[in-house]
Amino acid sequence: MIGNIIKKEFKELFTLSTLLPIVVVALVFGFVGQMVGNVGETIEEKPVIGIADMDGGDFSDIAMSVLIEKAEVIYDGSDAEEGLKEVREENGVALLVIPENFSQNIYANHPGEIEIYWIMRGAGMLDSVSSGVAEGLIQSVNQEISKELIQQDNSLDPALVLAPTTRIETTFFKGKKVEGLSPSQLSSMLISQSVVMPVVVMMLIIMAGVAVISSMGLEKENKTLETLLTLPVRRSHIVIGKVVGSALVGVLMAAIYMIGFLYYMRSFQISDINLADFGLTLGMQDYLLVGISLFAALLAGLSLCIVLGTFAKNYRSAQALIFPITALAMISSFTIMFKDFDTIPAVLRVLLFAIPFSHPMMAVRALMLDNYPLVIGGIAYAAVFTVIMIAVAVRIFNSDRLLTGSVQKRVGLGKLGWGFRR
Amino acid sequence: MKAVEVKELVKDYGNFRAIKGISFEVSEGEIFGLIGPNGAGKTTALRVVATLLQITSGSVTVFDYELPKEAGEVRKIISYLPEEAGAYKNLTGKEYLNFIAKFFGEGEKFQSMVQRGLEIANLGERINDKVDTYSKGMTRLLLVGRALMVNPRLAILDEPTSGLDVVNAQEVRRIINSSVEAGAAVLLSSHNMLEVELLCHRIALINDGKIVASGTAAELKKEYDAGNIEEAFVKAIK
Repeated sequence: MIGNIIKKEFKELFTLSTLLPIVVVALVFGFVGQMVGNVGETIEEKPVIGIADMDGGDFSDIAMSVLIEKAEVIYDGSDAEEGLKEVREENGVALLVIPENFSQNIYANHPGEIEIYWIMRGAGMLDSVSSGVAEGLIQSVNQEISKELIQQDNSLDPALVLAPTTRIETTFFKGKKVEGLSPSQLSSMLISQSVVMPVVVMMLIIMAGVAVISSMGLEKENKTLETLLTLPVRRSHIVIGKVVGSALVGVLMAAIYMIGFLYYMRSFQISDINLADFGLTLGMQDYLLVGISLFAALLAGLSLCIVLGTFAKNYRSAQALIFPITALAMISSFTIMFKDFDTIPAVLRVLLFAIPFSHPMMAVRALMLDNYPLVIGGIAYAAVFTVIMIAVAVRIFNSDRLLTGSVQKRVGLGKLGWGFRR
Repeated sequence: MKAVEVKELVKDYGNFRAIKGISFEVSEGEIFGLIGPNGAGKTTALRVVATLLQITSGSVTVFDYELPKEAGEVRKIISYLPEEAGAYKNLTGKEYLNFIAKFFGEGEKFQSMVQRGLEIANLGERINDKVDTYSKGMTRLLLVGRALMVNPRLAILDEPTSGLDVVNAQEVRRIINSSVEAGAAVLLSSHNMLEVELLCHRIALINDGKIVASGTAAELKKEYDAGNIEEAFVKAIK
């Protein structure tokens, strides 16, 4: 007897709609795990650097030996220009320039300057990992020089012994030259673009998506759909009305959510650095493009939701149908948070571009770096996607599908007797 | 001009043929009833005329507008009341009537439609309560009000008195009759043979997707030598 009840419960609960969310969450975790795995490899790998030694003194020799041991040196010469070119071409992280008088300055109780020219390829949270590893090299150089200083002369300034070198940093990031900041500092400054925008868009898409899919489920559950479809209103207007109405609800809900989230994110931001000082700022037209990109993505996402919503049989099944949207939003959001569009593999890049709501997530960062083709291309793609999805939805609204659902299933019920409604 | 002309209508759901070539006509000012058991094809026929379902073969015209080509025009002059209909639960009864009336008119026309809807629904003060709090009968009254307030040229009513008590059912029948007197045509379906006999000018008996007999109640009773329509129907499908 109990076996019979267990079997019934299992059959009732173990359905596609209950299974799908778990599969989706597992896939997203797997995806993130894959990315974290790559970070581990990056940390273990020797950073690829170039060294231009203009000094040739005792301490630059120590620095050179440390760097050669702990890094993969692709340029070892005395021409900074040539070294930088080599580093760029060989996908290196940085060029370290040890200027003339480096050793002499240290002997004279002054810290030796090391010029570092960073090549930053992405602003995602994981993109600055390799430069972080390279920064560790400087610590090793300092340690070795400190040891040497202690062995040589005990009368030296303790502050110099503890920090025998200083860094003058310049970061080259997608055509921009940012002086005085390392990639990890720059990445920290861009955290609002790396985290806030993806989260805002993700929440917006999910909340508005839930609204539109639920609306379809409710129409069926409350048996209002048939009446709606016989009213003198175009099917396209019903579809657009649902999309825009849900977009407004989604915007409102996401706005409430974001007020709290923005306060939370403030604690991670460096408050005394202004991005505009480094040419990383948006103009009016850029903000307009971000707004258009966000609106286009929202419409694209919701038009996809309404197509999915036509499969909803009731409110409960509608909730399960939101999971493909959630998964796509999470994939884009996490990818953009951790990696830059330019630093992910080509397959992922295609996938990211194909997900229409990933574009506003990337838009702010892209516009700061004058990557207009990516943003405008994204808007155009989202617009085309929306038109196609609305056309598909209108086609479904004009067909029997909305009312009849799965035909074969109903015929099966009909065979049982009077239950089949025609 | 015929209100409805259905010729050799066939409707398939995948491999299943729900309607197997039925033909009937409804004239202006006429109440035409489709009667038959569950699964006979009544609702499918009504849904096709109401522009909800596509036609597999055959033809359907409503006031000379051809379906599905001119479905948009048909929707302007019909009103459909499904058997298992509901209303938006977060709206009050009055808000629901307002919502529907906005699709059919503005200004004075809109106001008079809503007023008519309020009168038909006859829910008193409860019309200002949310639909969510209504009983099944109250919801049905609201929906009947919604369907008939727009003065449709063709009212398509699937089991119009379903869920109503005797008094309310009688009131709804009176309203349907008065709509016809105002010039509307009515196409309805019902399980209730007595109701059909009382209400309809002509009747089609439908079984297994086919019309097995049609005519006035008197003609059908005479043809099958039956005391009432129920008996006539049973004899017709044998």
